[in-house]
Amino acid sequence: MINYIWVGMTLIGVIFAMVNGTMDAVNEALFKGAKEGVTLSLGLMSILVFWLGLMKIAQDSGLLDKLSALFRPIIKKLFPEVPANHPAMGYILSNMMANFFGLGNAATPLGIKAMEQLKNLNGDKNTASRSMITFLAINTSSITLVPTTVIAIRMTYNSASPTDIVFPTIIATAISAVGAILIDRYFYRKRVRNGRR
Amino acid sequence: MQWMTVISIWMIPFIICGILLYGTYKKIPTYETFVEGGKEGIQMSFAIIPYLVGMLVAISVFRASGALEFFVQFLRPFLEFLHVPAEIVPLAIIRPISGTAALGMTSDLIAVYGPDSFIGRLAATIQGSTDTTFYVLTVYFGAVGIKKMGDALKVGLLADLVGLIAAIVVVTFVFGVK
Repeated sequence: MINYIWVGMTLIGVIFAMVNGTMDAVNEALFKGAKEGVTLSLGLMSILVFWLGLMKIAQDSGLLDKLSALFRPIIKKLFPEVPANHPAMGYILSNMMANFFGLGNAATPLGIKAMEQLKNLNGDKNTASRSMITFLAINTSSITLVPTTVIAIRMTYNSASPTDIVFPTIIATAISAVGAILIDRYFYRKRVRNGRR
Repeated sequence: MQWMTVISIWMIPFIICGILLYGTYKKIPTYETFVEGGKEGIQMSFAIIPYLVGMLVAISVFRASGALEFFVQFLRPFLEFLHVPAEIVPLAIIRPISGTAALGMTSDLIAVYGPDSFIGRLAATIQGSTDTTFYVLTVYFGAVGIKKMGDALKVGLLADLVGLIAAIVVVTFVFGVK
């Protein structure tokens, strides 16, 4: 899908330029866009290095585990089909903590582990279980505490206060997480009513 | 909404202090651990270069040719009525599909309209508060061989929509329309 979008944007842009007579601007945009891609990636480096370094301390000191224990009771409520001591619970919690602190790279393998365990619980069927859908819903709404990438971009473009979007982002993300859970519950009830699970 | 901005600015230094204090209390070699973890950040930012270059070229061409404006103008009357800038629509559409494309669009919007403009802040909040639903779905279900996804896609996309609306409302509320 992304291949089509990428090619589509470029092709439509060039065709438009032929009709609109903006070929000059397109030529300039080509090289400016490429340059900006590099500048931006390097701009991200400062914050990524700092944040990942800090998070390594949080991980090694056991702070993340401690925080995930705090969230356990809430998560237990969200996944009634997962037994409290099942390994799936641990992976779900670690995945959420990783997302929470902006460790996308660490979150993905944990999420896959969680999925494996949930599949196991579901008797290894190749259909998505209720818990799996809930887990995905929470994951796609991505509860983030510090949106590091976005702060870095705003820094690169000289924002007067790059971090002033942090709290609004947390609120928006919290609303979308609650929304995701409610929507998930609604569809679950609907499935139960229709007699399939 | 001054207090929200205050929380935003105070929060990160507080988190940093908390982590450093806890690490010291647990007798972790904090500085060495920090350096160790930071190395991963260097790799990540180099790895992201080709993605961002590819996306930003495509987006820049699309914008500079006038194609973006052509599509956006149809939405403008309707969205202006709701006080939503039409410029944000391409980002909202691309966000659940591709993370790097969305990242490219967000930085493009921030570059064009300024990081402290309403559009710039809205783009930043949307980018930060939602995730790439299609990617998460493909990777997680793909890795464990789930073929029938059930309601997962519907739930994920509706949650994205909720997040989008939440971002628009919160940013309007906190920073006002400018």
